[in-house]
Amino acid sequence: MAIPDTVPLLGMSWNDVLFLLLAAGMLGCALLVVTLRDIIRCGIAMIAAFAALAGIYVLLGAPLVAAAQVLIYIGAIAVLILFAVMLTQAKNAPVRLVFQTQAIPAAVAAIVLAVIVALTVTATDWGDVGRRIATATDALARLLFNQYVLPFEVVSVLLLAAVIGGVFLAKREDRDA
Amino acid sequence: MSQSLDAYLVLAGILFAIGSFGFLARRNAISMLMSIELMLNAVNLAIVAFGAFVPELNVHASVIALMVMAVAAAEATVGLAIVMAIYRNRRTPLVDEYDAMRQ
Repeated sequence: MAIPDTVPLLGMSWNDVLFLLLAAGMLGCALLVVTLRDIIRCGIAMIAAFAALAGIYVLLGAPLVAAAQVLIYIGAIAVLILFAVMLTQAKNAPVRLVFQTQAIPAAVAAIVLAVIVALTVTATDWGDVGRRIATATDALARLLFNQYVLPFEVVSVLLLAAVIGGVFLAKREDRDA
Repeated sequence: MSQSLDAYLVLAGILFAIGSFGFLARRNAISMLMSIELMLNAVNLAIVAFGAFVPELNVHASVIALMVMAVAAAEATVGLAIVMAIYRNRRTPLVDEYDAMRQ
């Protein structure tokens, strides 16, 4: 049985429906990240937002970026943040106030920022923006290891320095223990 | 809709605004780091969207997005280590109680 070209009962293409679902899921999870009281649940919502964003990368035709999103953000950064949550949150004293006193001005500023960005984006003529094109992974690898090989190595050195710095900062100091 | 650059850029802008709200409004230092990650993801989405719709940027955008992810990983490592180092001294993850330099 063949899949129809458009979604039954909606008349939209599958790509549009997927985009709407993933975008709504990502924005909803992002809102949960910044509003939930329990910080562990914030972390879980953040993982869901990252996963939805990986789906959007697939829709954009960048499968390698989507795979890296899953590996780096969900696999490394989110787990790192969850470990830090478990190491730093005191269980016996639940936080009464989630937000600072500047929460309402911050919300106003964020809404204004979103409106400005949306207006600017829709008002700008982006020139001859063609149809969506997929990224070939072999071309990406060839470019990464020829033209971009110096930034690649610099990034690896940066990661090494960050890891050493992180270990040094988080190391327990024995002299005041 | 999924064939227009505007939709992806507006989505990235909204995600960036949510992240900036979280960074300005949350009291917990780790929540602020999560908000920074959301903002970095929004920028990455904009980069990949430009790469998907502008032929000259196509492959370059993916390379830049991968670099941004690596730098974000470095940032998360150092940021969380700093939060844990401060937590060891002050016994609280709430940033509005880090006021030693104000007194």
